[in-house]
Amino acid sequence: MHSSNRLSTNDWWVCDEPVIPVRGTIIGDQIMLVAGVDVGSTQTKAIILNENAEIMARGIVNTGANVVKAAEKAFNEARKSAKLEEWDVAYTVGTGYGRYKVLFGDTQITEISCHARGANFLFPKTQTILDIGGQDTKGIRINEKGEVVDFCMNDKCAAGTGRFLAAAADVMGISLDELGDVALRSSSALRITNVCTVFVETEIMNHLSKGKKGEDILAGVHQSIAARSVSLIRRVGISPEITFTGGVSLNKGMVHALQEKFGFPINVSDDSQFIGALGAALFALDRASARHDGEPVSSKEEA
Amino acid sequence: MTTDLNLTGRFIAGIDVGTRMTKCALFDLATNTVSGRTTLLTGHNLGLASEKALQDACTRAELKISDVFYVASTGYGRYQVPMRQIQITEISCHAMGAKFLFPNTGSILDIGAQNAKAMRIDEHGRVMKFKMNDKCASGAGRFLERVAKGLELELEEIGALSLHSKDPQAISSICAVLAESEVINLVTTGYPVEDILMGAQLSISDRIVAMLRQVGTDGEITLTGGITRNVGMVKALQQKVGKALNVSPDSEYAGAIGACLLVRRRLKKLEEQKLSNPRMAIS
Repeated sequence: MHSSNRLSTNDWWVCDEPVIPVRGTIIGDQIMLVAGVDVGSTQTKAIILNENAEIMARGIVNTGANVVKAAEKAFNEARKSAKLEEWDVAYTVGTGYGRYKVLFGDTQITEISCHARGANFLFPKTQTILDIGGQDTKGIRINEKGEVVDFCMNDKCAAGTGRFLAAAADVMGISLDELGDVALRSSSALRITNVCTVFVETEIMNHLSKGKKGEDILAGVHQSIAARSVSLIRRVGISPEITFTGGVSLNKGMVHALQEKFGFPINVSDDSQFIGALGAALFALDRASARHDGEPVSSKEEA
Repeated sequence: MTTDLNLTGRFIAGIDVGTRMTKCALFDLATNTVSGRTTLLTGHNLGLASEKALQDACTRAELKISDVFYVASTGYGRYQVPMRQIQITEISCHAMGAKFLFPNTGSILDIGAQNAKAMRIDEHGRVMKFKMNDKCASGAGRFLERVAKGLELELEEIGALSLHSKDPQAISSICAVLAESEVINLVTTGYPVEDILMGAQLSISDRIVAMLRQVGTDGEITLTGGITRNVGMVKALQQKVGKALNVSPDSEYAGAIGACLLVRRRLKKLEEQKLSNPRMAIS
């Protein structure tokens, strides 16, 4: 066949034999696309980038029990929103706890490296990353190149993670999306004394039965998570700028509570939830470019 | 509702207000036996729950509330019992109650909805050593409640069901909330429900028995608290401890019974003081 991957549009049409496009083959002026798929415990995120590292499409679905399917669904959602075919994407990197279930992925990279890369890309001055996801919280310390220097995490206990907020929302009977806004209305936050998510549910019910205001209870819940997060990332060192990533970063009440605890503003982007997928896609771009430039590509997982 | 202090009465009521269930036991001073017992959900109004429990226990024992001359409260809600004459910590009560149910008790394991306690007692039923986990649901009844919820089962049915297990599947999550998700994953992977249940019970038992070993496991070990209702959990604990545990139908009421016994001891002491000091008897 052709020695180069880069075919001209004309070559494509004059071929005698039917040419089945190789995945990621670049035809004519079409630009190279890559994807990152971040399979989290609660939600699966996908990002498609073009070769200029511009976000072309995003996809997000609930992970649910079938992790393989969730990865495909998130990828397909992103792909369809940009009207792309599967073979248009040259390279895909899987990340997150379910990264090995991204069966269509070319390689896997841990979510820690991906969050570092993504946060560094969106906020180049980032030194510390706080990632609060559905089931775990991570503190990541990175250098100016976006490489991981140190990290710590809590994945043993739901306290201080998104699940803690989800439990509170459940007891209060309000949706997760409204949670932060309700908490922001509070003028005097109640102190939540329990650490355990299960016990906090009971504590909230007791507060409600005593006629306490929902917003004050929720403000207390947010402060409790903020305090726990701050003590976690203290282990890697708190130095600005801090970038807040993960699904919980969408919660304005949480951002507010954290900024109060830190005493300075933190970086949050609309794409905060996609930072892992974005980092993965950026790694994919490196690999895909290297492949096109003829450099050997390692398929082993990076730390 | 008020209970008159009528020293001619025969019955002492012990009310154990737990985080989940409120237990009431009536103790007959004349026969030295437990003559009435009841257990109901605590709910949010602890005072109301304790009143209801006392009323219900009296009705079941075919007694009038006025037959009860002394009310002792214990448990986490002991200060919310309006008609109490005394409140006692549940630790002393469980020790006394367990000693009453099984006189050779050396160690006690009390597992309730929100905490697990291990106690070492001496021959008089006094607590010598004590350990407890009340920070987190990982070693308490609430853990099993979450597992049951994940499996869409009632808490009452999981114990018997788990006894059918042939190949228990250990739950790696310590956190009850995360365990619930893990259980759902195990179900979708296709493991039998009974194996997941027994695995969960063995996992908690591991943590609880580690705590029990810190106070000592010599002699007889008596199990108290609501967990005694779950036969599967009793089996799992016995497997982890490596010997049989004392369990009686009254184990759940050990705290309430213990409260009655401590009152009896106190009354006896007062009686002795009155006899030895005539002036006190007059006043």
